[in-house]
Amino acid sequence: MPIDQANLNPKYMKGRKLLIEQVNIPGIETFDVYRKNGGYRSVDKAIKTMSPDDVVEEVKKSGLRGRGGAGFPTGMKWSFLAKPEGVPRYLVCNADESEPGTFKDRYLMEHLPHLLIEGMITSSYALGCNLSFIYIRGEFMWILHILEKAIAEAYAQGYLGKNILGSGYDLDLRVMPGGGAYICGEETALIESLEGKRGNPRIKPPFPAVKGLWGCPTVVNNVESIAAVVPIVNDGGDAYAQIGIGRSTGTKLISASGNLARPGVYEIDLGLSVEEFIYGDDYCRGMANGKKLKACIPGGSSVPILPHYLVTKTAAGEDRLMTYESLSDGGFATGSMLGSGGFIVFDEDQCIVRNTWNFARFYSHESCGQCSPCREGTSWMEKVLYRLENGQGNLRDIDLLAEINKKIEGNTICPLGDAAAWPVAAAIHHFREEFEWHVTNKEESQTRNFGLSKEPVGA
Amino acid sequence: MKLHVDWNKRHAEKRELSPESLAKVNELMTHVPEGKHKSALIRVLHLAQIEFGWLSIETMDYVAELLKIQPIEVYEVATFYTMFHLDPVGKHVFEVCRTGPCMLVGSDDIISHIENKLNIKVGETTEDGMFTLKTAECLGACGYGPMLQCRHKNHEFLTKDKVDELIDAYRSGQFES
Ligand SMILES: Cc1cc2nc3c(=O)[nH]c(=O)nc-3n(C[C@H](O)[C@H](O)[C@H](O)COP(=O)(O)O)c2cc1C
Ligand code: SF4
Ligand code: FES
Repeated sequence: MPIDQANLNPKYMKGRKLLIEQVNIPGIETFDVYRKNGGYRSVDKAIKTMSPDDVVEEVKKSGLRGRGGAGFPTGMKWSFLAKPEGVPRYLVCNADESEPGTFKDRYLMEHLPHLLIEGMITSSYALGCNLSFIYIRGEFMWILHILEKAIAEAYAQGYLGKNILGSGYDLDLRVMPGGGAYICGEETALIESLEGKRGNPRIKPPFPAVKGLWGCPTVVNNVESIAAVVPIVNDGGDAYAQIGIGRSTGTKLISASGNLARPGVYEIDLGLSVEEFIYGDDYCRGMANGKKLKACIPGGSSVPILPHYLVTKTAAGEDRLMTYESLSDGGFATGSMLGSGGFIVFDEDQCIVRNTWNFARFYSHESCGQCSPCREGTSWMEKVLYRLENGQGNLRDIDLLAEINKKIEGNTICPLGDAAAWPVAAAIHHFREEFEWHVTNKEESQTRNFGLSKEPVGA
Repeated sequence: MKLHVDWNKRHAEKRELSPESLAKVNELMTHVPEGKHKSALIRVLHLAQIEFGWLSIETMDYVAELLKIQPIEVYEVATFYTMFHLDPVGKHVFEVCRTGPCMLVGSDDIISHIENKLNIKVGETTEDGMFTLKTAECLGACGYGPMLQCRHKNHEFLTKDKVDELIDAYRSGQFES
């Protein structure tokens, strides 16, 4: 079955393309072509006509929210950065992209490396940093080379190094790889890793804005957040804020995976309906092989799963939209989260128990091991789910999972523990019948899958 | 999380990095502020692994000398990150993604197909020392699965036929790096 990959030509995709408009221009990965197509205008504009605070102000006005998962307003984060005299401050770009279901940052960096570098220069200027880093997961080694090549070009053109554009502003930009560890996407673990250590998250406070890299004030931002600073500075924060709905402004890259007819990376206007995103001709074109949709995890593996009847409609019967607010409508009971935009779709042939076990194994494998509730809890969950999936479980196991969950939740240094616990809770909440069927129909559960769940009466 | 390390199996002759890699190490030291050269550690371990295939204790001690840090600081890091091979591996290491989105599109079948084809289990190396099979957690290619990575190169949209071709291509030296 050949997979029809998301058409790489954004011209044929609906909606504004603030980030990936130029992705198909031949040679766009080189400085010259990128520059000819309007590249580095935001650096010119910021350095020549704006103060650092002006840039921060535009980002605030844009309403941009962190694209790495938590959705914290970027402008506000920037204004929290401590600025003690005589102490360097750092901007670190989080290119760890390790949340299962997410592969958008990679797409940006592979195709438009200069967009990220331009965003890093403009953002570093706004924050007053003279040395900035891109921390990229070690498995993206070929992208590290793409970025290093582009950075060398930017140095040669006077956009990096000493006295940029004759302004007196100096900036060095470096790329540093990880070594394969999901936890290094968490910002304090990332900082530890950048210091050449194990990726053990730090206890907060102090927050990185006060004490980050080498004990200095540090801002950590996702690749897509940094890239979005470019159109925000070019066209103004107000223009950016006009796209989207309410507090979900601008465009968002969505990584679509699973059993879709056309998986891939899409740039959407926030506010697009989930229905159109999944079934629309401009987007995923529905399910692969004409199957029925069973479930969807809209924001990467750490967010709650939605059963088919809550994917395109909220519990209140309204259209579900691709926004921070609409996707979380109903809290964890009937909603989910936009997260990193890792949109994973399941067809009717998929087994929720198996998938829940698979993700539990992921978190158990990736726990850094510092906190007992996370280290032990994730591995217990994995074992119990393995038992259930393989027809060796009992009904008590389902409650046991809920108990382990409660012991992890809120009792750990970093959010990985919660990220492991909540999806299990959500899966049991919506698919309890399927979990129970694995216990009551042990043999059958080894030969076929449960199929679609029934919509609860009165839901 | 990695649990147990059998240190007895992890020795090899001491070797030095090539002049090109040593030049790269020196360049990396200039990328960070004075005294923060430990930051280059992960990158240097990658360089060492590319040249030596895996990280023996001797290699780690050598890296410690290069960066003027304690050997324990290198062991701590090398044992934490999953990309580093602490045991000898085959010439080509296939790391197949086994996480959710890839599983939805058939990574389980790909893994067992490779096992059958190479007559080894996950974690093992073929007798001729040509291939090691490992599984990996999400490698950031979820929409392009099933996929595997071999020596920093991705192979995506895998089918059984494509895997067969890939194995032949690696055997015949087509992907030498
Ligand atoms: C376990 C864990 C993994 C994370 N992985 C990533 C990641 O791969 N990429 C990323 O940008 N943010 C990741 N984050 C979020 C970061 O901690 C941080 O919030 C983010 O980089 C901030 O950037 P933003 O405000 O631009 O989103 C992760 C968080 C946790 C708790
Ligand atoms: S919650 Fe888990 S991953 Fe986070 S610090 Fe604790 S043990 Fe490590
Ligand atoms: S799940 Fe396989 S690459 Fe992400």
